[in-house]
Amino acid sequence: MSVTTHDDHGHHDVHAHHDHKPGFVRRWFFSTNHKDIGTLYLIFALVGGTIGAALSEIMRAQLLHPHGVVINDVACRMMHFNTTPCQVGQEWNTIVTTHGLLMIFFSVMPALIGGFGNWFIPLMIGAPDMAFPRLNNISFWLLPPALALIVTGLLLGDSGTGWTLYPPLSNSVYQPGIGMDCTLFALHLAGISSLLGALNFITTIFNMRAPGMTLHKMPLFIWAMLVTAFLLLLSIPVLAGAITMLICDRNFGTSFFEPAGGGDPVLFQHLFWFFGHPEVYIMILPAFGIISHVVSTFSKKPVFGYLGMAYAMVAIGVIGFVVWAHHMFVSGISVDTRAYFMAATLVIAVPTGIKIFSWIATMWGGSIEFTVPMLWAIGFIFVFTVGGVTGIVLANAGLDQVLHNTYFVIAHFHYVLSLGAVFGIFCGFYFWIGKMSGHQYPEFWGKVHFWLTFIGVNLTFFPQHFLGAAGMPRRYPDYPTAFAGWNYVSSMGAFLSGFAFLVFFYVLYRTFTSKEPVAANYWGDSATTLEWTVSSPPPFHTFEELPLID
Amino acid sequence: MRVAGRLGAGLTLLANLALAAPALAAGPAPVILTRSSEGVKLPPEPVLGHPVPWEIGLQPGYSPVKHDMIALNNMVLGIIIFITIFVGALLVWVMWRYNAKRNPHPTLTAHNTFLEIAWTLIPILILVVIAIPSFRLVFYENNTAHPKLIVNVTGHQWYWEYSYPNAKGLDYISAIVPGDKLKAGEARLLTASNPLVLPVGENVRFLITSADVIHSFFIPSLGVQRYAIPGRTIQTWVRIDKPGIYEGECNQICGTNHSRMPIDIVAVTPAQFKAWQAAAVKQASAMVVPARPPRDLYAANTTTTQR
Repeated sequence: MSVTTHDDHGHHDVHAHHDHKPGFVRRWFFSTNHKDIGTLYLIFALVGGTIGAALSEIMRAQLLHPHGVVINDVACRMMHFNTTPCQVGQEWNTIVTTHGLLMIFFSVMPALIGGFGNWFIPLMIGAPDMAFPRLNNISFWLLPPALALIVTGLLLGDSGTGWTLYPPLSNSVYQPGIGMDCTLFALHLAGISSLLGALNFITTIFNMRAPGMTLHKMPLFIWAMLVTAFLLLLSIPVLAGAITMLICDRNFGTSFFEPAGGGDPVLFQHLFWFFGHPEVYIMILPAFGIISHVVSTFSKKPVFGYLGMAYAMVAIGVIGFVVWAHHMFVSGISVDTRAYFMAATLVIAVPTGIKIFSWIATMWGGSIEFTVPMLWAIGFIFVFTVGGVTGIVLANAGLDQVLHNTYFVIAHFHYVLSLGAVFGIFCGFYFWIGKMSGHQYPEFWGKVHFWLTFIGVNLTFFPQHFLGAAGMPRRYPDYPTAFAGWNYVSSMGAFLSGFAFLVFFYVLYRTFTSKEPVAANYWGDSATTLEWTVSSPPPFHTFEELPLID
Repeated sequence: MRVAGRLGAGLTLLANLALAAPALAAGPAPVILTRSSEGVKLPPEPVLGHPVPWEIGLQPGYSPVKHDMIALNNMVLGIIIFITIFVGALLVWVMWRYNAKRNPHPTLTAHNTFLEIAWTLIPILILVVIAIPSFRLVFYENNTAHPKLIVNVTGHQWYWEYSYPNAKGLDYISAIVPGDKLKAGEARLLTASNPLVLPVGENVRFLITSADVIHSFFIPSLGVQRYAIPGRTIQTWVRIDKPGIYEGECNQICGTNHSRMPIDIVAVTPAQFKAWQAAAVKQASAMVVPARPPRDLYAANTTTTQR
């Protein structure tokens, strides 16, 4: 792809008067600039991710030994500023709920979609900004109140349902406190935020590509974001409907999910998973996009099988909408339904396999440089394969009958999300931080961060396959003594991963104090997308004259 | 190169663990326990269905469904370990062969129609191979026709209630035995008062429901699991191979004592089962309604004991 930009010559004279940035409050609180909003999202994701990670360290500390005492009466009372004795299990359940929701809605999604999406969709398609800049601002600013609400739910200790929020446990009889309502409203706000963001992304990608950039010339990250945006657009309203009904059941005496009033708890499960399953692809597809660019850049080769890669993501998106009930194999759905959802779920392995093999084929014959982003990308391919193949086991309705809700499931989805999606985030961070900030990360500490994380997370989650196969149920604050060994190993891994996360903060510190100037295209000729044609950091306004793609 | 070393080591570990699985799962000789249910003493039975330390595979099976599950799982596990090793080996190879030092000039190949068709079709074939026995298992698991015995299972916060339609008046609750009340050999968090008594060798149909929130009736060693959902009754079945004690746990988040409502099953011969039922019915008609267990079971479990 050859690109002509007008920005190269006479840039400073022509554009200088456009580039004066607004004052602090106007710039960061009333922002309409896609890069600034992207930065806000990334900072927000770091905050959400840090709280979520802290909760996971508390959980692994509690599970270090059987009959853990980390969550105890004293800790509860300190947290809730009250004197009533605490229910340890309820406390645990609230932490479990909040950990899940924080990581999904307040860390992975803001980082991959809001953060990298806002930053790089306009830059990669050669657009001056998003299609609806003010809508973009609202999308972001809905999130901080949502975070405040969900943390309120945690502090009040009333939302002990797991992130799946199944009634009747989530109704007003079993979670009577207002904290549960806070959590549900937090999801409403986060959902509206995602929905508006998705509308913005779709409009931008369809209408604002640089002249000559046809759909089949779009970078794969843009394809990933386009499919993700459609998944959000079609799934978030279903979640919104489900939690609205739940809020009505809780507060206004309706009985959508209440059997005594003719309602059905299983209906909620269908609605939730109709959203929930596409949601997991919402979290992983943007990472797929990033990995494609990184693998191609550091193998110094174009992406292998570009069209196959793009349409594999489309296929994953489409099939992702017709497999939801594989989360409900033991909910009493009929045997024919189980057979169908099993078959449909297995089919997803095909487009996923295409992606894995195409990444390896991209590296094949290349000239690979093991920079930090490339290490994360290769790590991603491996852990995603491990997480993917355990998905084939779980897809079997027959086997799911003994694996459903066990730690095997926890291991599976942390391999694809906590390792997969999060590796994608770090991969994108190291790939683009020089571009976004104008400061380059320290290579050595980036590698330390990678290796500690890689070892730590595998140590945490691989033994959980064993625990699950042996029948350890999820959402247990305490377990039979037989499970002690692997839980101990898993907790040790979690502490190592937590330490690796601290190293990441040191990487951030070193990055932002680095004085080294960063070139526009610091990865060299194999980084071919349009963001590498603008300076690092890019000027406040980019592509005021559209680049031309031949 | 360090990447290669690490991945290689990980894969070797994975393969070794998979091969060692049956040996580890066998474990030491089972504990023999004499339990009683509904005040009627049961014959001493070995504890067969329970997790063991450092177990890495499915619990050994004691029902035809679980045997089939283990067979299918072994097949699928073999396939996925092969795929993981294959992908890992490809990664190691490309990292070794095509690193910038060894291969300074990259090719620009970005298409290969044959390869792309191959890595679409071969996975489809593998999936078909997995799908055929999987369908068979799913339909077999659903085979609840013609049971010899029906058991009503009702989940409560936080105990199980069992009743037998064939034995009028026999309706009892089975709640966790707190840590300080366990007898020698009984496992913490896996032992319940009044275990569910079942006959071996007969098809038993469970009709599962709940009185409050959703629970899950889960016995790993028998391959049984269904949600207990208020307002509907879900059925599944089991045929237990041999007399013994089988332990399970509630497997759907159900409130503060989710980890404290074990499913404890004692399987006896059909003759012993009939004798137990008759005695228990007599006992039940004379008994007052048992008290519910306390609301905070976490506090009642402060001592750590055997197993």
